Amino acid sequence: MENEIIEKKESLEDINSDIVGWGVDADPENDPTYPMKKRTNEEHQGYSWDRPPQQPINIEILHSNERPNVSATFGTSSPLSGVSGEIRRYAFKYSENDNRHWLGLLLADRVNVVEGIVDDLSKGHIPNYFAERGWKAGMKHHPEEIVKKILVTALVTTVVVSWFFSSSGSKKPKLGKLLKR
Amino acid sequence: MNYRGPYRVRADHKPYPEIQHPNDAIVRVTRSCICGSDLHLYHGLVPDTRVGMTFGHEFIGIVEAIGSSVEKLKVGDNVLVPFNISCGSCAFCRQELYGNCHESNPSATAVGGIFGYSHTAGGYDGGQAEFVRVPYADVGPTIIPADMDPDDAVLLTDVVPTGYQAAEMGGIQKGDTVVVFGAGPVGIMAARCAWLFGAGRVIIIDHIDYRLEFAKNYAKCEAYNFRSLEDPVLFLKKTTDWLGADVCIDAVGCEAAGNTLQTITGRKLLLQAGSATALHWAINSVKKGGIVSIVGVYGPTDNLIPIGNVVNKGLTIRANQASVKRLLPRLIDHVQSGRLNPKGIITHRVPLEEVSDAYHIFSSKIDNCIKTILIPPSARN
Ligand SMILES: NC(=O)c1ccc[n+]([C@@H]2O[C@H](COP(=O)([O-])OP(=O)(O)OC[C@H]3O[C@@H](n4cnc5c(N)ncnc54)[C@H](O)[C@@H]3O)[C@@H](O)[C@H]2O)c1
Ligand SMILES: [Zn+2]
Ligand SMILES: [Zn+2]
Repeated sequence: MENEIIEKKESLEDINSDIVGWGVDADPENDPTYPMKKRTNEEHQGYSWDRPPQQPINIEILHSNERPNVSATFGTSSPLSGVSGEIRRYAFKYSENDNRHWLGLLLADRVNVVEGIVDDLSKGHIPNYFAERGWKAGMKHHPEEIVKKILVTALVTTVVVSWFFSSSGSKKPKLGKLLKR
Repeated sequence: MNYRGPYRVRADHKPYPEIQHPNDAIVRVTRSCICGSDLHLYHGLVPDTRVGMTFGHEFIGIVEAIGSSVEKLKVGDNVLVPFNISCGSCAFCRQELYGNCHESNPSATAVGGIFGYSHTAGGYDGGQAEFVRVPYADVGPTIIPADMDPDDAVLLTDVVPTGYQAAEMGGIQKGDTVVVFGAGPVGIMAARCAWLFGAGRVIIIDHIDYRLEFAKNYAKCEAYNFRSLEDPVLFLKKTTDWLGADVCIDAVGCEAAGNTLQTITGRKLLLQAGSATALHWAINSVKKGGIVSIVGVYGPTDNLIPIGNVVNKGLTIRANQASVKRLLPRLIDHVQSGRLNPKGIITHRVPLEEVSDAYHIFSSKIDNCIKTILIPPSARN
């Protein structure tokens, strides 16, 4: 029986002899493997480690309500602004366990896209959809797909624009106000 | 690069990053990659992805400036920077869970800080740029060995450790049959690394022929297109003597194709945190008592998976963001000794200014694209 097992092992190595490094990291003792392996249970002591120095909090940072503080470092890309910022503040009232948190953030992301366009326009920059979507490369490699996409985009834009101009006057100021904030 | 909304990114001028913490460094980027994870941002699936953000969590570069408490780096050092931002002193970092640091992301407790990966992962601008702020400079950044090709180095920031950890978490024993779902850079690397742990058979599943062909040659594994199999799970059962694979790896994540219900509810209507087709297949194709290793990324809400089968089959599920720093010493050795050849998966080298085209190509899986690297102007001369 033992011989059989040894034989089998040898044949495995033979079979895989063309694979550089075959089995070099095999380790029957590696169980349980990562992520449990290095468990020390030091978190039983609670949130009590020596925290790194705190990065100065000089912009508004939303932190999850599942932690008591802002982490020692954080990123400062794209600070909160406008309507999307309001929605994000609202979303952060709810925990990561609550769908209102995540769906609120996704909604804010969509609103933020419109804000981005308004921001571009306010700086005199007309976003080049064709270029931003990488359609130059697309035209080279799968032109039929791109043409389809352009037609669909044109159709949707036409529908949205015609809805905007044909809708009753009461809606326009509302939308205008939304975009300005 | 500058994110403007789903499927829209452009090259733009942004202010030079500043040191904001005593242990920060500023790095001048010499190469960065586009990752499958970036596609989840690019497709608008990750909550709190703000317009104006710069993506990019896979990059290497030269230290340009350091904060007052930085001891291990000096200006001019050539470093590779793990994608996870980790403090090195919290309880999780001290257990080498560098992907689960508690002091790098205020926004969510379920994920540590990641460069250029939305505010949900900390709100840091990323490395698809000329310069980037790197927090905890004494912890993550690792000096690139002088004899190492920068193309290999940049893949050690994510793809290689993630593929390796996928295989490691599978607890592969000699002779095991390992099935990898997804023949993207991560899946291909997972298949390659499965052999290092002594796998007896490695099978990769995808639906893009050029990627399957590439995987077959690069990782020396069997490769099957699930579109040509009526039912991939049934196929895998049959080919494992009806028992199932010992280990299944999900290297696809939340944008899986292959099941209409999952695609509509997960990717179109966002009723789930992406589509969980590959994970579903992994759970159903593994043997009783087997192990499912997940490195594919999913959103923070819910997913539809056959959890009843996990219970009834007695499965072990292991998953995490790769703990890059933990694995680097071993992986650098694998690269230097020639056991692993990371740069072999690079198919596209694109100037940073053409980032919009690069995203489109990688996202649409055209032009036989496997892995794209972006090169900033200052690194091209
Ligand atoms: N855990 C981590 O640390 C970590 C790190 C990097 C990447 N990732 C994740 O790993 C995943 C893969 O990354 P990548 O760069 O290889 O991405 P990629 O988009 O290049 O590759 C994904 C592959 O999966 C294939 N696919 C789609 N549906 C499938 C299905 N049902 N079955 C099998 N294959 C299917 C696609 O055709 C594609 O080739 C992503 O979700 C990414 O976010 C995780
Ligand atoms: Zn990545
Ligand atoms: Zn930490």
